[in-house]
Amino acid sequence: MNESQTPYGLMAEFDEPEILVKCARLAYEKGYRKMDGFTPFPIEGLDEALGEHKNWLPLLVLLGGIGGALGGFAMQYFANVIQYPLIIGGKPYNSWPAFIPITFEMTILAAAGVAVLGMLALNGLPTPYHPVFSVPRFELASRQGFFLCIESRDPQFDLKKTRQFLESLKPVGVYEVDPW
Amino acid sequence: MAQGPLIDPNLTYATVTDKISSITLTRKTSLYWLLGVFISFALVMLLMLCVTVLLIKGVGIWGLNIPVGWGFDITNFVWWIGIGHAGTLISAVLLLLHQKWRTSINRFAEAMTLFAVACAGMFPLIHVGRPWLAYWLFPYPNTMGLWPQFRSPLLWDVFAVSTYATVSLLFWYVGLIPDLATLRDRAEGKFAQVAYGVLAMGWRGSARHWHRYETAYTLLAGLAAPLVVSVHTIVSWDFAVSVIPGWHTTIFPPYFVAGAVYSGFAMVLTLAIPLRQLYGLKDYITDRHLDNMAKVMLATGLIVAYGYLVEGFMIWYNGNVYEMSMLLDRMTGAYAPAYWLLITCNVVIPQLLWRPSVRANPWMLFVISIVINIGMWLERFIIIVTSLHHDFLPSSWGMFYPTRWDIGTYVGTIGLFLSLLFLFIRFLPVISIFETRELLSEEKEEGA
Repeated sequence: MNESQTPYGLMAEFDEPEILVKCARLAYEKGYRKMDGFTPFPIEGLDEALGEHKNWLPLLVLLGGIGGALGGFAMQYFANVIQYPLIIGGKPYNSWPAFIPITFEMTILAAAGVAVLGMLALNGLPTPYHPVFSVPRFELASRQGFFLCIESRDPQFDLKKTRQFLESLKPVGVYEVDPW
Repeated sequence: MAQGPLIDPNLTYATVTDKISSITLTRKTSLYWLLGVFISFALVMLLMLCVTVLLIKGVGIWGLNIPVGWGFDITNFVWWIGIGHAGTLISAVLLLLHQKWRTSINRFAEAMTLFAVACAGMFPLIHVGRPWLAYWLFPYPNTMGLWPQFRSPLLWDVFAVSTYATVSLLFWYVGLIPDLATLRDRAEGKFAQVAYGVLAMGWRGSARHWHRYETAYTLLAGLAAPLVVSVHTIVSWDFAVSVIPGWHTTIFPPYFVAGAVYSGFAMVLTLAIPLRQLYGLKDYITDRHLDNMAKVMLATGLIVAYGYLVEGFMIWYNGNVYEMSMLLDRMTGAYAPAYWLLITCNVVIPQLLWRPSVRANPWMLFVISIVINIGMWLERFIIIVTSLHHDFLPSSWGMFYPTRWDIGTYVGTIGLFLSLLFLFIRFLPVISIFETRELLSEEKEEGA
């Protein structure tokens, strides 16, 4: 089949978040895996219903924080002990308690930076264009619409059967999503 | 709960979205806004003038001299950075504590933080004497073979304030992304669509994205909460680590942090009350929000009052003559009127907030919040100037008188702060739209 003629997927619109979660669960039970929900605000349990379990972000942020702490302390140690030793107030070169405030600040800075950049990177943002934007009603996903999209790359996907399945969920509408 | 609702239950996801985004997208630019921008932009011009003259002539144009080497500049720095603290507190600490009432005030409180930190950061920079060399404060390999002296609280301050500014910006921007997507989808003009579209980075509300987004947002809140405490603690160490009578005291970190939150909530009220009036946002920023903020102000105000009390008590109890002399000078000396005005503004007048009828009256709250802003500015002025002007030796006592440039720079930063706020109100959603939808969904579930 010609790649450019296969749609990206089929999308169903719902008007309440609870219905979307229920339908996502039904679709998962039906065996669909390559699918995603689109909502105007985060909905508890939707990602689990879609079969999403692992989230690497907390681990990355922890590593970022540890890196920031070590790097922050090393920076001060290098500058004030190795590279340019100064005696201040008769204290030892490695007067580590005085290095704690900046070590703390660097921990927070690095962890926060990783939290934001990691979230964007794992989400694949920025992505200025995505096939789901081709559905005219999709602009409601940032207002009051709740969407479920089953992608054509799912092995279970069949244009007719999947459409029938989505229509059986009694959505507001079912739309075809243009390919990339 | 016996109090009024946090949000009108008759609203829907669509009406909430339309109402908040209309302020940015469709509503005609109001005359109040133009007038406000005109005045505050004129003050920015004053700031530019003051800074230009400062760059040409040096810090001698200010009233600073030995012994009072820190005057309006550092007073303003501490005042502005303190104001910023309420934004982070509202957005981070109240998020972690699941305080739902934060939803409609967090966005502009965060914006307030950002703009207040911008104003704050300027003062140490222009105070350093040769501001064009301010980058020497950062550690970087250089041909002079010099490194900063990391044992100084002043350098800790550089890192604390720049980290605070960066994390506040990240937190604010991350919070904005879904709302920028809403504006992108609702904007009519091509330019607005492209501008909001670029800023929204292609956000499409995917469930997987939301999951990581919420994780990142909660983690940021968890990081920002200790950060905000550390920032004002480090600011207070600028004073407490020295040996000057009136500065060298261990009560400073907690009472600076409480004072920061106190002044910040006062500023949020000063801004929120006219904002909700002019833009008809009373369904969102309800009387219950004002009541809660007034209670936080009262509580932190009492901590601050306790701080004043303990400071005085410790001076009396430890019997140090220099400390005692400083305290008596503060209460009866040249700056005594400012000291008693500070006590009136920060300790006496806010006691009115005990009365529920005062907390229910927005205009009373507005006046009290301005009184507290003035009081908190005076507090920093008193701490900085009275301590410096009256230290150990009578031969090194001296007076500080502000010049017109001191006053002009201060007023100018107020103009900068307000200009940035006016631009923010016009071009970005002042209330978090997606969190309001979420709140609505939760309230509906509870009601059902």
